[in-house]
Amino acid sequence: MRYAETGIYLEIDLSRGNIEKIQSDPRDTELYLGGLGTNAKMIWDRVPPEVEPFSPENLLIFSAGLLCGTPAIGCNRTIVSTISPQTRLMAFSMMGGFWAPELKFAGYDKVVLRGQSPSLVYIYIRDDKVEIRDAAHLRGKGAIETAELIRQELKDSKIQVASIGAAGENRVFFASIEQGRSSASRGGIGAVMGDKGVKAIAVRGTKDIYVARPEEFLKLCQEVMDYIKFREANPIPGVMPILAGLGSPQEMKVHDEKWHTENFMWGNSRVRRKDFWNEDIARQWAETLDAMRTRLISCYNCPMKCGATISPPGHPTYMMKCFSKLTYTMAAFADLEFGLKIAQKATEHGVDGFSAPQVMAFAVELYENGILTDADMPGFPSNNEERFHWLLERIVHREGIGDILADGTYWAAQKIGKGAEAYAHNTIKKHEQLPLKLSMLNPIYFLMYSTGEKINITQIEGQFPQAPFPTREAREEFVKDWFQVPHERFKQYFLDWEPRGEKSMPFYPTVEMCCDIVDWQERMHYIDDALGMCAGLSSFPLKPPYHIHNYPKFISAGVGIIMDEELLTEATKRYRTLVRANNIRRGMRRVDDKPPENHWKKRFPELEKQLLDAYYRMKGWNLDGIPTRESLEALGLDYVAKDFLERGILKEGEEAGLDPSPSETAHQ
Amino acid sequence: MGETIKKKIKRIKIDVNKCNGCRSCEMICSAYHASPKYSSNNPARSRIRVIRDPLRDIYIPVYAGEYTPAECAGRDKYVIDGKEYEECTFCRASCPSRPEFKEPDSGLPLKCDMCEGEEKPLCVEWCMAEALVYEEREEEVEDIPQPEELEVGLESLANKYGMQQLLETVSRMTQKD
Repeated sequence: MRYAETGIYLEIDLSRGNIEKIQSDPRDTELYLGGLGTNAKMIWDRVPPEVEPFSPENLLIFSAGLLCGTPAIGCNRTIVSTISPQTRLMAFSMMGGFWAPELKFAGYDKVVLRGQSPSLVYIYIRDDKVEIRDAAHLRGKGAIETAELIRQELKDSKIQVASIGAAGENRVFFASIEQGRSSASRGGIGAVMGDKGVKAIAVRGTKDIYVARPEEFLKLCQEVMDYIKFREANPIPGVMPILAGLGSPQEMKVHDEKWHTENFMWGNSRVRRKDFWNEDIARQWAETLDAMRTRLISCYNCPMKCGATISPPGHPTYMMKCFSKLTYTMAAFADLEFGLKIAQKATEHGVDGFSAPQVMAFAVELYENGILTDADMPGFPSNNEERFHWLLERIVHREGIGDILADGTYWAAQKIGKGAEAYAHNTIKKHEQLPLKLSMLNPIYFLMYSTGEKINITQIEGQFPQAPFPTREAREEFVKDWFQVPHERFKQYFLDWEPRGEKSMPFYPTVEMCCDIVDWQERMHYIDDALGMCAGLSSFPLKPPYHIHNYPKFISAGVGIIMDEELLTEATKRYRTLVRANNIRRGMRRVDDKPPENHWKKRFPELEKQLLDAYYRMKGWNLDGIPTRESLEALGLDYVAKDFLERGILKEGEEAGLDPSPSETAHQ
Repeated sequence: MGETIKKKIKRIKIDVNKCNGCRSCEMICSAYHASPKYSSNNPARSRIRVIRDPLRDIYIPVYAGEYTPAECAGRDKYVIDGKEYEECTFCRASCPSRPEFKEPDSGLPLKCDMCEGEEKPLCVEWCMAEALVYEEREEEVEDIPQPEELEVGLESLANKYGMQQLLETVSRMTQKD
């Protein structure tokens, strides 16, 4: 018997309308865990670099994390992987909610979509019964609306639906997949779903999920629950409120938005409004939130309340989480009421809440600077809020200028020309990032921004405080109960870290320490993405209930495989390298590992070079960011090494780590 | 007639305003009732269900009561605080017309046993939103023996297939070669 996982995935060929149930190899679970790990393996095996994102050969994989459906608290994430139309690299976006556990209860670990359906369809999974159904009547419907219509059609209030809106159907490069109170937004995976002609996947399951050693597993869950209660009652002192507790940032609870509104950039990531927050705004925004927020809500089997139902007057109710509360507001220089209202439309259309507002602000900026004109945008309103609604509708339907903007700022700027490229200044690997422009280089964040292949800083950062604490006493207090560290040395890094002077940024933490810290942060996120754990209980907060010391126990007792910290670290390194290998094979190199040029005002090119060199070395990559033959073979990724040699990506006999290629020197 | 005895009445107070819809209660209930204990979980086997309709802000945890062989002739609708509820939303019965509170494979009815043997029901333990609160009080009641789980199951089978067919099946199954 397989524990925690079902051992079966659904393989659906949309071109032929064929559905197969395939047994997965338990050995793959030991090597790559599940979720992101086995997705990366499947993409490697079956989606070579010649395959275009919009091609029947591209796969769209919906994977429940390895521990989803077990009693592990907060383990409910679906990891969706494909080749992104925007970055043209491997995308792996995650969503919480209820979909992944339901898939497990239906008896499957993954749904793998290939081919392209000749007409719009939806997939209905109910335990052993799997059908491809006509979705002509759902064309153009909103993502949430679609879920409701399917629920009524199938007369099942418990069915969980992942669906796309107009943006996905029209292959907008930053289209999302929406599901209840959650969405998989980054990388434009909704566009690939639309390209495959799939409007939704509806799933309902009534089967058992087993764990290998029940008593032990439950005891671990109890410990996590006790710790959550402890942390809720004892917020971490000395850090900003969103980092003091657990869960993904509790944006729906928070009224005081001084920090976000005054530190993040408004518009097209251009303007910092240092004195924006005042009493009037505080009162007005609190009133707006209180009037529109109906209830704080959770994902499956999780006590944190990171989301909320929002009912804007005159608009349908929808569910929101985290930072999309502010993205539209700040991009349009508007108030919270506008933000919550337009987010309802945007959620129905199914667009990424990070990218969409920035693309629209980019268009406004191009218009104001004469690069886009009335000829390009006939009837463009003069009011900023109306402009955003105008742009949103055109983008999701790919009408007029919207057809160009729908490809995201990077590709749109290339098409528009006339100097538009200078306005697409906030992308990493061609994808829009959080609107932050800061003063002096932060070496830890430099590494995370540069090398994070998840294309989103919030999905990379966590574990280690974002800044040094002002006093030694405060730091000593912080490290006292910091048992989550993988090694005692991390406490010392933090203890010695001063806000000013010799041991301050950018030269402290040292290059080696920065690599060590980033490696830990990254490792935790990659573990979460294989297990299906929400980052909000593990890799994102400081001092979380899940950590490197109890994760191996969860995996051993849950899945029944031998696991310890060393094996888990190695498995994580294996599929992290495999994600990299997929991207290397698609042409990604060191030159692509960089934050936006103007992300920090004060840069340190020599230090940045040292940081990247050291990080690559630690990872077992050469100086162009390509995993070396030796390190690939040490991880059991011989097949990757062989492929790299055959393609000439690696060269026979070349000494590892000493190959500064032309692209690397060009960048520096 | 049975004797009058003092009995501990156990109940779960449900505050629908506090429920955040996570369904931990369903998870732990099904895990507790698995055999061996906690070896599997499956919300479809749970004796507590969260009736959820997020877009209408409806979150109602309901724990299973008695099996009833007859379905309601008519079902009323209630409007509370502007939200419309089907009568089934509040009903604790396992009945022929609703899918809740039945074993998904056998269709046999499920009934909450307040996690007999535990200090308090585990759904209450696991509800960190405090939407479920355990309460006890003493009451003088007539000592009427409560049917065991097996009896509940047999009774429903008898209702479904008729006593004769049930007896014949049982006697056939118990015959030894």
